[in-house]
Amino acid sequence: MGEIIENDSGHKKGGGRRSPRKMGAHIDMTPMVDLMCLLITFFMLTTAFSKPKVMEITMPEPPDPNAPPPAVADFRTYSIILSDNDKIYWYWHKDVPEDAPKGALPTFDKWHKTNFSKDGLRKVLLSKNEKVFTEIYYLIEKVKKVELVMSDDSLNAKIKRIKKSDKKSPIILIKADEKTKYKSIVNVVDEMAICNIASYAIVDISLEEKALIQKAPK
Amino acid sequence: MAKIKLKRSSPHVDMTPMVDLFSLLLTFFMLTTSFRPQEAKVIDSPSSVSDKTAPDKNVITVLVSKDDKVFFNMDNGKDSTTHYRKDLIIEISKRYGFSINPQQIKAFEQGSSFGMPIKDIKGWLNEKDGKKKEKLQTGIPIDTVGTQMPELGDWVRFARIINQTAEVAIKGDADANFKTVKKVMDLMQVNNVNKFNLVTNLQKEEATLEDLKK
Repeated sequence: MGEIIENDSGHKKGGGRRSPRKMGAHIDMTPMVDLMCLLITFFMLTTAFSKPKVMEITMPEPPDPNAPPPAVADFRTYSIILSDNDKIYWYWHKDVPEDAPKGALPTFDKWHKTNFSKDGLRKVLLSKNEKVFTEIYYLIEKVKKVELVMSDDSLNAKIKRIKKSDKKSPIILIKADEKTKYKSIVNVVDEMAICNIASYAIVDISLEEKALIQKAPK
Repeated sequence: MAKIKLKRSSPHVDMTPMVDLFSLLLTFFMLTTSFRPQEAKVIDSPSSVSDKTAPDKNVITVLVSKDDKVFFNMDNGKDSTTHYRKDLIIEISKRYGFSINPQQIKAFEQGSSFGMPIKDIKGWLNEKDGKKKEKLQTGIPIDTVGTQMPELGDWVRFARIINQTAEVAIKGDADANFKTVKKVMDLMQVNNVNKFNLVTNLQKEEATLEDLKK
């Protein structure tokens, strides 16, 4: 290791005087290569390439117990109720009978069961949010095809305006029971982003709702 | 007849190109590397479509592990003039009435995420052995006992007082119970944090018009 190997075919120069070290001295590079291998492996394993991303979420402030609950238009409000095993139920607040007392729920036959697949929750959300979604979709397509030149900031601002302008777009209330995994909540909030839902909130599940999903057929 | 002599090839392989390549790779990795931060527990975060990069400084992180244990992390700030972690441990020691020596403060300042009841924190700071240290990480209590604010609430409160511009991130494991995450969020809301950054992995997904028409 580490010896210098003299090159036998070295030139002879100057009438037989040998100067063996002058040319073609091979240095054994094996230890260096070993060390480099080790270092590369070390750096490869410790490097974190993908920077973590974050999803922003704003929770509603805890309501003042004395203040009246905010008036929300029934026809645009939907509740999504999450339970274990990725089961999702949803109902439309308009399905609550008109003469029912405040906070009443629609009967269970008005509840719909769905799942996290593309034909499940996403289809439901898209059909409820059709107008806003198509508008934003065409806008983004235009920007992609460079028919419309917009900076990212102004595009985002424009999308925000579109979302706000529609006074009929759905309001989604996300409710989760105790068995829900964190993953499901992230998935649902993610669906909201994919489907361009303008307003949604994670709210507490009511006791009645909990009782209803517990009774639900498996 | 003379035997045909096989040309004996020299056993020395020219390693120069290999060494060149290795040096290149090594330089690349050395320059691009950002070390994976040491975390109290391995957390497998869920994926989402969000492509906003997580802030790496000025952030208070609460980690929720698979087994619903809660850990806390806070950085020292953007530059070396601020020592938020040091300030935090001093405030906490005052609040909970225990004394803390400079070595323990230093150990805390250089550490990262941690999670144990406050009564165990000195033991954790004194412990040198990595395995024993890990054993002490039993999670920060988040349940209210009596009228007292759970310890996590105090951590968040003092962290917010010390670094008022810090953002709040929640890094939950995909399989953690939402109940725990919700408790953490509620404790944050008590401290007037209503905006959360949920740490996720990027997974591109888009809905198209076909999805709508189906």
